[in-house]
Amino acid sequence: MSRRTETLLWVAQRASAAVLAVCVTVHLATIFYAVQGGLTGAEILGRTRGNLGWAAFYTVFVLAAAVHAPIGLRVVLAEWLGWRGRARDFLLIAFAVLLAGMGLQAVRGVFA
Amino acid sequence: MTGLLKVRVWRGGVDGAFREYEVPRRESQTVLDVVTHIQRALDPTLAYRYACRVGMCGSCAMTVNGAPRWTCRTHVDKVAKDGRLAIGPLRNLPVIRDLVADMREFFDKWARAQGQFKGRRTRADDLERISPESEARRHADAAIECIGCGVCYAACDVVAANPGYLGPAALNRAWTLVNDARDAAQPERLRAVAGDDASLACHTHMSCTERCPKALSPTAGIAGLKRAVARAALQGKL
Repeated sequence: MSRRTETLLWVAQRASAAVLAVCVTVHLATIFYAVQGGLTGAEILGRTRGNLGWAAFYTVFVLAAAVHAPIGLRVVLAEWLGWRGRARDFLLIAFAVLLAGMGLQAVRGVFA
Repeated sequence: MTGLLKVRVWRGGVDGAFREYEVPRRESQTVLDVVTHIQRALDPTLAYRYACRVGMCGSCAMTVNGAPRWTCRTHVDKVAKDGRLAIGPLRNLPVIRDLVADMREFFDKWARAQGQFKGRRTRADDLERISPESEARRHADAAIECIGCGVCYAACDVVAANPGYLGPAALNRAWTLVNDARDAAQPERLRAVAGDDASLACHTHMSCTERCPKALSPTAGIAGLKRAVARAALQGKL
């Protein structure tokens, strides 16, 4: 992998971290606000279904996590297991696709 | 001042072991004084390295009670309050023998980080005018007093986890040159300090900054390099 690509991955991880910081804060604040006095699955779905704003928000959340986590794992695998090279990177691309796919499916399930 | 210090000193290579010596306690005694006493009075086979004895040359760094330190300016008072010392070679470097670490890899990494100044003027040209107040010069000044002792390199957990990592001293040197308007090798240097084995690998633990005997902050320099290489990568200049 070229030094430029490695650097762009680093930039992507920092940028996605900034997005995640906002998303996690909004997500937690919403949970604390929404569950006051208890909440059922049906109530949640009643609020989320068809809400395009929240669907867009959680889509961004999922994509940021799918970018952020594999790049971090890449360093963890190198430093803790000494695993570097193409095989690791291909596995992490697959992991990113899996995270994005599962996350977007969940978004669809809650908001569609 | 009277009394005895109990001093455990690493003997041998990587498979060596600590051996204990008793050393008379003295006023204003440094750790280097202790090692020198052992070599001159107790065991002349002890190998260690020093030169200036006044904190300028950077050759006497060792691991003292678990932390890397320059021994010539580390007072026993400061590190051995219970009268005990454990002295070993610097971490993260191959051990040659006893307290002597092989520094080749450490300095080779300075070269890999493009730590050499490359001027563009000849002796026939005028001197370049650099304002001491300019931001770049102030960054360079803040990092320029490195004596190459290797303490930061031994303190760095990223070097321990990733032996290819250039380390704080080499990157600190590169940072001084990135801020040197006279230098003609900036694109090559930015490429050298970008990537997984260079500035981007720093986890900002700040052990280098904590341990640097010259009170420099390689962490700050590395953060500057990260910004510079990120900018260059986004502009397609890396």
